[in-house]
Parts: sequence; structure tokens; C-alpha cells
Amino acid sequence: MQVEQRTAEAAAGVEQVFRAEYGRLIATLVRRFGDIDLAEEAAGEALLIALEKWPVSGVPPNPGGWLTTTAGNRAIDRIRRERQRDTKHRAAAMLYDDTPPEPTGPVTDDRLRLLFTCCHPALAPEARIALTLRLLGGLTVAEIARAFLVPETTMAQRITRAKRKIAAAKVPYRVPEAEDLPARVDGVLTVLYLIFNEGYLASGEGEPIRAELTGEAIRLTRVLHQLLDEPEVTGLLALVLLTEARREARVRDGMLVTLADQDRGGWDRALIAEGHTLVRECLAIGRPGRYQVLAAINAVHTDAPSTAATDWTQVVALYDQLRRIDPSPIVALNRAVALAELDGPSVALAEVEALGDRLDGYHPWHAARADLLRRLGRSAEAADAYLAAIELTDNGAERAYLARRRGELVGAER
Amino acid sequence: MTQYLLSVHGNEEQYAAVSEEEMQRAFADVDRFNQQLQSDGVWVFAGGLQGAETATVVDGRGESPVFTDGPYLETKEHIGGFWIIDVADLDAALVYAAAGSKACQGTVEVRPFQSEPPADA
Repeated sequence: MQVEQRTAEAAAGVEQVFRAEYGRLIATLVRRFGDIDLAEEAAGEALLIALEKWPVSGVPPNPGGWLTTTAGNRAIDRIRRERQRDTKHRAAAMLYDDTPPEPTGPVTDDRLRLLFTCCHPALAPEARIALTLRLLGGLTVAEIARAFLVPETTMAQRITRAKRKIAAAKVPYRVPEAEDLPARVDGVLTVLYLIFNEGYLASGEGEPIRAELTGEAIRLTRVLHQLLDEPEVTGLLALVLLTEARREARVRDGMLVTLADQDRGGWDRALIAEGHTLVRECLAIGRPGRYQVLAAINAVHTDAPSTAATDWTQVVALYDQLRRIDPSPIVALNRAVALAELDGPSVALAEVEALGDRLDGYHPWHAARADLLRRLGRSAEAADAYLAAIELTDNGAERAYLARRRGELVGAER
Repeated sequence: MTQYLLSVHGNEEQYAAVSEEEMQRAFADVDRFNQQLQSDGVWVFAGGLQGAETATVVDGRGESPVFTDGPYLETKEHIGGFWIIDVADLDAALVYAAAGSKACQGTVEVRPFQSEPPADA
């Protein structure tokens, strides 16, 4: 019994190390062998060997190095075996391998190349997310499928298809040139932020918050931040940290708690402090972008002891700045919600109504409108708007919150 | 190096509506783009096609071939022309595709050719 338990603990320890090292391991193997499938197979074999050896001999002093060497040897064995079996086929497949590793400029971490490959604009957006989580995050196909509520076979096909396109169309394995870098970094940040948001406001009937996704998005953003000195990367890291800091207070008893009602004593002060430092750091560079401004807005909120004591003038000014960068109706909606605290719900409602034709299918529009109508005492209209929001929301905690709000209105019990 | 097919897809009705002046400009731009491909050393082949109504479909799988008038697919959008280029990777192909699309004022599909069999085959 005790031995079994110790073995299980040792295996869990090995898997933890493996998960932490996975992205780097795959990235190195892909550079060396030019073949993602081969890299994954070799990494898997190295894990099996580690699971066998480490519980007996202990974790080696440099587990990442050990895994890279072991997996590299496995890959070479595999190439030799396949070459004997089918010389010609293998030679064709190895054509991609004939270039020496290219310098990547100031940074040479292979994970950066892999991230740009996984987030390449020639791949479908959902494939970029899946590949990033699989190859850099080390999540299993089953885990990714579960997180995005699709059957495992569907997710496996999506990943296989994307890997086949990378190989056949020769999606390059490198950090883009300086002139293309900002646009391509933006593509990577979009993927990381989508992963984070899917975790923070999960769709579907499952858990309202999926901490494995928010946690993975933060971990990958931290890696990118270490590797790439770009203010928008710092901005995204600050943004996800300041959002994550409020996670515990955001859903209580399966119900969403809005910013105004959250227990601010339950916010993670260490994450907030780190986020604030990062916001100051990136804004000081003087090249603002959407993630930096969003982070700055979250810094204002996490700086305030209460909704009433929040610097709403600053929040609205930041939304004005964001609107110049991103003139989308969603930004305009968020600005209007902040404006309600400054100029009152009536002014805000006029702005919200003006966005109706473009945001009619977007549940936060109905929720914001419902809240403003409620504050203006227009209960019957508010009840209808809550209903519209509930119908468009599939996050259980948010539905529960909206239903409670609607139930509080007199004359809207049903 | 990999060869890519850059094919131009467009609606022939829309092409017919393009003014003579715009047409001439597109011809000149495509000409310049072709020269660029050649001076960059990535040119393999290129050509513009006659309208889809000039197409004939041939099915030679049976005992005697069957000829059918018209394009293979009954759609509004047809391939109007193409380039074949030889470049290092997809990123390079996408840069040329974007320039080609701008020159001809049409949407371009980029597809890699299967790699050549090894020399000892």
C-alpha cells in the first residue's frame, strides 16, 4: 500500500516535471528534426523511460537536459528504423531537415519559434489555440477537447490537419523578421488571450471557470514575456494577472459576482502587485496598445477599495484611448458601462441603445442594458432585457446571476 | 525550396464590369509583378486563362473519353490565372501572393506542390 502510494507520487512528480519541460522539449526536437510528429513521439518515449527510471534513481539534476538527450536519441533510433524500412519515403520526408538552425536575433529559445508556428495566420484560429495548448502547454488532446467541449476525435483531427498543413505547406519554424514582428506578435497574443478568456468565462454547461486554461494562458504569456521584449506582451501579462487576481471572488456558490459586489478582500494581492508593476513598466515605454490599455483599466479597478472610490474619470479616459486603437462596438459598450458611474445610467443607456443594431446577438449588451434599465426604475423593460441576456448566455454562473437579478425585479417573478 | 501554385479566383461577371482603364492598370501591375518574380529568381511559370465558358471537361476513365462543354464546377467563381513560384517557405509565398493579389485585383489561393521525389528514385 505504502509502496504503491509512493510510486504514484513519484509518477505524478515525473509528469509534473515533464509538463513543465514539454514546450521546450518539443521546440528543441522540432528544430533538430524538422518534424512535429516525430518530436511528439520521441518526447512520449522519453516520458515512459523517465517514469521507469526516475522513481528508482531519483530525478536527474537537469531534468530538461536529460529529457532532451533521451528524446533526441529515441528520435534518431526511430529515423534509423524507418530508413531501413522505407529508405526512399523517409529521405523525402527528411528534406525539410537540411537547413542549419537559423539565428533568431536577440533570443534563441526554440519555444518562441514554435509559438509563432502554432499561431501562424495560415492556420484556422481554433487550430492555433489547440496546437499551442498541445505543443507548448503539453496538454493532452483529451484535455484540450474537454476544455473546448468538442469530442476528442474532432480535436484530434483538428490538430492532425494543422500539423499536416505545417509540414506540407512549409509553415516556417522561425521568429518573423522585424518588419512583420508586431503583426505576428499580435496574432500570438490573440491566441493566448482567447485561451485565457475561454477559461475565465467558460462557454457551455460545465465549470463556470476553467482554471487549467487561465493557468496555462498565464504560464505561456510568462514564457513569451521572458523571451520577447515588447510592451504589448508585458501588457497582456499584466492584464491576465490582474484579471486572474479576482478569480476567487468572481464566482461564489456557482453564481457570478460582478465587480461592484466582489469581496475585494478575496483578491490575490500578490498578483495585483505584480500586475501593477508590469503596467507601469510597459506604459513607461510610450508605445501603448490594446492590451496595455486594458491592463491599465484593470489596474485602476484593482487599485480601488470599492466601486464608489474607483477613479471612473480615469477609466472612461482609458476607454476613449482604447476606442482610438480599436473602434469596435464591444469597446464602445464597455466604455458606456463605465460612463454610467460618471454621468449616470441615463446617459450610458443612450450610448448602449445606439449599439443595438450591431450587438443584438451579444449577451453582455443585453446584460448591460438590463442593468441600466433596472437602475432607471424601468423594471418591465429590464426584465425583458435580462431574459434576452439569459437566453444568449451558456455560462451557468452568469445565467444564475442574471436570473437572480431578474427575480429581484417586482412583477418579473416568472 | 518549395513550389507553390498561386491561383487567382474571381467572379467573371464582376470582371466584365471592370472599366477599361482599371483593366489596363491591372495588366500593367501584373506585368510589373511578373518582372519582379523573375528578377527575384522565384518565377517558374504563369499565365492568364480564357473565360470559363471556353472550358471543356474530359473524362477518360471509361472505355472511350467523354467530352463535356463548360467548366468542371458550376459556380460563379472560377480560376482566372495563376503563377507557379519556387520559394523557401509559406511565409515567402504569402508575401508574393499578397503582392500578386494587389496587382491583379483578385483573390489568390496559395497551395504547395507535392515535393519532388528524391534524386535516386
